[in-house]
Amino acid sequence: MQPVQESVGGRAGDEVVVLDGLTKRYGARTVVDDLSLTVRRGEVYGFLGPNGAGKTTTLRALLGLIRPTSGSATVLDRPAGSSAVRVGALIEGPGFYPYLSGRDNLRVLARYAGAPSSRVDLVLGTVALTDRAGDRYSTYSLGMKQRLGVAAALLKDPELVILDEPTNGLDPAGITDMRALLRRLSADGCTVVLSSHLLGEVEQVCDRVAVISAGRLVVESSVGELLGLRRLVVEAEPLEEAAAVTAGLLGADRVSVEDGVLVVQAGPEDTARVNRALVMADVDVTGLRQEVQTLEEVFLQMTGSELGAAPPTDAPPGRSRRQLPESAVR
Amino acid sequence: MSTATDTRTPERGAPSARTRTVGSLGAIVSAELLKLLRRPATWVLLGLWPALQLVFSTLIPYVSYRRGASYEGSPPEALLASTLPDRLVENTLSGLPLFGGALLLTLGALLAGSEYGWGTLKTLLGQGPRRLTLLAGQLLALIVVLAGTVLLSFLFTALVSWAIATGASATVDWPSAAQLVRGFGGGLLIATTWGVLGMLLGTALRSTALPIGLGLVWVLAVENLIVNVAAPLLGVFDAAQAALPGVNAGSLVAALAGDHAELRTPGVAAIVDGGQAAWVLAGFLVVFTALTGLLLTRRDVT
Repeated sequence: MQPVQESVGGRAGDEVVVLDGLTKRYGARTVVDDLSLTVRRGEVYGFLGPNGAGKTTTLRALLGLIRPTSGSATVLDRPAGSSAVRVGALIEGPGFYPYLSGRDNLRVLARYAGAPSSRVDLVLGTVALTDRAGDRYSTYSLGMKQRLGVAAALLKDPELVILDEPTNGLDPAGITDMRALLRRLSADGCTVVLSSHLLGEVEQVCDRVAVISAGRLVVESSVGELLGLRRLVVEAEPLEEAAAVTAGLLGADRVSVEDGVLVVQAGPEDTARVNRALVMADVDVTGLRQEVQTLEEVFLQMTGSELGAAPPTDAPPGRSRRQLPESAVR
Repeated sequence: MSTATDTRTPERGAPSARTRTVGSLGAIVSAELLKLLRRPATWVLLGLWPALQLVFSTLIPYVSYRRGASYEGSPPEALLASTLPDRLVENTLSGLPLFGGALLLTLGALLAGSEYGWGTLKTLLGQGPRRLTLLAGQLLALIVVLAGTVLLSFLFTALVSWAIATGASATVDWPSAAQLVRGFGGGLLIATTWGVLGMLLGTALRSTALPIGLGLVWVLAVENLIVNVAAPLLGVFDAAQAALPGVNAGSLVAALAGDHAELRTPGVAAIVDGGQAAWVLAGFLVVFTALTGLLLTRRDVT
């Protein structure tokens, strides 16, 4: 795992996206439930959640493609969907005209966007599609279609780019290039909202993330803060005695037994205290090590689900909130 | 993907220097024209209508005349007369109430319905235009293409009629300029009404197959059943047929055809007055457009 930048890269009050109590219902089904979050200028913002969590619905609301049932979405200080803002987006896969070439598809969109035609070749070069730009879209591979979708999102020279699963269909080299592109966009001052299942990618490029589950916000935090959730793995005999001693020291909610070892939500500063307490209680400590959780592990803890599977809608929201810093939990 | 290319326009750096955020209506119309003219289905549908029109209104009667055939008791010379330049308006437009309408309705349904099937509506709206601006752009582009098609149909029919008249040593007597202008305007009104009905169906059903199927059944079957079966039997249908788009299209063509009573094409009949037919069709055009706009603006794009 690469080191993660702790800075959120934005200035207080410089908010590009503000969701305030956003709710979307289809009949009796609530897809997005009272969602509030903020994206700051210049940051790369990860938007995470299992399938069916409401991510794409939220992103659609940001573009004005759907109307919220209640609450509001503000983008660049204007109501979502306003034509006066410079937003580029790739939502739920690319949608293009199959009988047109990649270049002609972008020409059509450039005219809609009011972008100069010179942008077409510029963004085609950005996504490395220049060589195939004259071919019909219907002949493109999945990865090429995805690249064209990203190119379309960049046509307006956007201040905000919203990308929904942009690495779908990309090969490893394409994913690496996408990562570099996102960093370059951010360096250029562009704000990026990124929805992805590839948590490793999110971990490497995002400044902050929001995790939603069953339409509700579980956590909004900097990646650094989430990854700061360390745990101490203790191998000891007797295990029950070790658990009781550690629970008495740090609190029962931070201690669990998993696969024959004691897992303690604790940082390096607690390691010596735990070791000393166990030895003083005549517990044999045979192993003691710090583990840093990946974003995927944190994600799974918070959503209580496997990647790609939505949790039951009646599951208690944020069931692992006690394991997170108070500042991180909404 | 390249890792070296800048994503910014070279001449524009700071966000504050950015000006346009969405294309003008003219730019959107040009985008829609690019889409329409590069689409093979457009050429098939718009080429088929004038081609069928020429075949049924001019070529078949001429070939029949050459073979000495008669039509419903009329001598072969009547068949020749029906193909000559003075029948230009009639011979150009007589297919519009029926098969021409069906083809243009199909074009409209494809234009609007495909945007849902291909997921391109969200891509277009993602570039920032208002939904009604998008609709206006599509509608204007459709009108431009239909106007060109009606004009070309007049030109092709005129050319063939002139060739027939010259070959048969018949008098070349063209309609007046006013008749031609009225014919062009009436033809464009009928064509646009059918096209926009297709757009309405494509937007309402968010697909292409079902709107095309329903539209064709309406144009080719239901209206004919109402006019030829239901109206003679029940008074309510006799009155209601005057409000049908196909009946009004047929009545308008019949009115534009002028004094020529020997109209052979199904669907062309002077059931209502020509002026009334034009107003009813214009009303349909406004209502179809308004309903399409309402659906486009009120519904979520998913």
